[in-house]
Amino acid sequence: MQVVDLAEVSRRDLNGRLHKLAPDTNETHWRVENPKGQHALVAGLNAPITVEIAGHAGYYCAGMNQQATVRIEGNAGVGVAENMMSGTVHVLGDVSQSAGATAHGGLLIVDGNASARCGISMKGIDIVVKGSIGPMSAFMAQSGALVVLGDAGDALGDSIYEARLYVRGSVRSLGADCIEKDMRAEHREQLRQLLDAAGATDVSVDGFKRYGSARTLYNFHVDNAAAY
Amino acid sequence: MCGIVGLFLKDRTLEPQLGSLLAGMLAVMTDRGPDSAGFAVYGHGETGRIKLTVRGANLTDLASALGPDVHGTLRDSHLVLSVPAVQEDRVRGWLATERPDVVVIGAGKRIELYKEVGLPAAVSARFGLDGMAGTHGIGHTRMATESAVTTDGAHPFSTGADQCLVHNGSLSNHRSLRRMLEPKGISFATDNDSEVAAGYLSWKLREGATLAQALEAGLDDLDGFFTFVVGTENGFAVLRDPIACKPAIMAETDRYVAFGSEYRALVGLPGIEDARVFEPEPARVYAWERN
Repeated sequence: MQVVDLAEVSRRDLNGRLHKLAPDTNETHWRVENPKGQHALVAGLNAPITVEIAGHAGYYCAGMNQQATVRIEGNAGVGVAENMMSGTVHVLGDVSQSAGATAHGGLLIVDGNASARCGISMKGIDIVVKGSIGPMSAFMAQSGALVVLGDAGDALGDSIYEARLYVRGSVRSLGADCIEKDMRAEHREQLRQLLDAAGATDVSVDGFKRYGSARTLYNFHVDNAAAY
Repeated sequence: MCGIVGLFLKDRTLEPQLGSLLAGMLAVMTDRGPDSAGFAVYGHGETGRIKLTVRGANLTDLASALGPDVHGTLRDSHLVLSVPAVQEDRVRGWLATERPDVVVIGAGKRIELYKEVGLPAAVSARFGLDGMAGTHGIGHTRMATESAVTTDGAHPFSTGADQCLVHNGSLSNHRSLRRMLEPKGISFATDNDSEVAAGYLSWKLREGATLAQALEAGLDDLDGFFTFVVGTENGFAVLRDPIACKPAIMAETDRYVAFGSEYRALVGLPGIEDARVFEPEPARVYAWERN
């Protein structure tokens, strides 16, 4: 295992070392000590490695991730796993705003709560939050799935496209064009897979509700002309 | 962009370290605000006396010119005058006529307030924040967006006795609020929008609201982006706007409550590893009061 102590090595040096790893590297297990909330930790990875962050991370941790598995043993700041393409990011604590923003793929698991704008403009990522999520989550979410074991704040899924939202708890309010939808077999199956992938094997898919787009904002409608 | 830090102590044994802890937090927030910095420290008051924090040049002989009952502590460009409470009006009147070049930037039983242009660590060092003791303190690092980089534009703002406010964000209805507040006797020293927020809270507190009630009312009346941290003689409060435009993170232990614009600002605090770290929710007032 490669151990990097950020009390001694700069964040740029750490990220630089990780960026240079070849796809067939033998250095597949890394541990980052003393993160102390620094920003942009392990952003831009593109190798099949596992990185453990031994504490709280700052903004944009594991942003743009491809292939790597990143485990954050604390909280993460704004924009964790933003624009992730593939791989897995697992946060043991809470996450700040805009978790998984604009991400195209991969899996983001949050053991705690997520604050506002979780999954904003998500484009294919799957997100599982074991706690609750804040207001304005999944705003303009395009594809992928957001699973929430707790509650959702105001304006869930405002202006949503084709992402699927599964919420077990209460939803304080739905955003424009977001509605509750039927849970069909395919949705139960997808939800089961996501819960299992997130280690929530003991959580039943019963009790979840699905939310998605009513598809009334997709195209220009003459009745809305006054709004432009 | 700006940086905010705040520290409210529950454990009295930490009081001698208040300044050094706050200075450490403030320096980390240089990335968010390198233009200027300021801080308010709530130290120990003396019965029957108030403190006036005065800013200006040529302050060396000012305290002695005010008579034997007035004591001064000079820290760089700021002078903290300890004044018998019954003489506050006399001292303020004398300053207004004899020394119109100086400004009173803070007043109260316990508050001392310092601010200057420059890097936060340099500002802390100029005033010796490291060595200050107290029960709670609030600091701000400024990256000016709407108005010039001047000492007047630096935070905190104080518009009432032992009250101060720091602000990250911008208000859009500060002109109309100012027009509403001025006839009610709330006066402003600058054109800054954040000072209007401070004045608004001072007005609400004067009308009998608690700190939490004043901030609740602010949610209806203040239009714009804000994360506020507010101090009073015995209180400490935090409020974010309803869409949480500006960042905020808090940590609470048995010994203190701490606020930072980013978690990085909190990493030097004792026992932070085991603190309850949480992000204040939008439009929710968080307030602490000490007895």
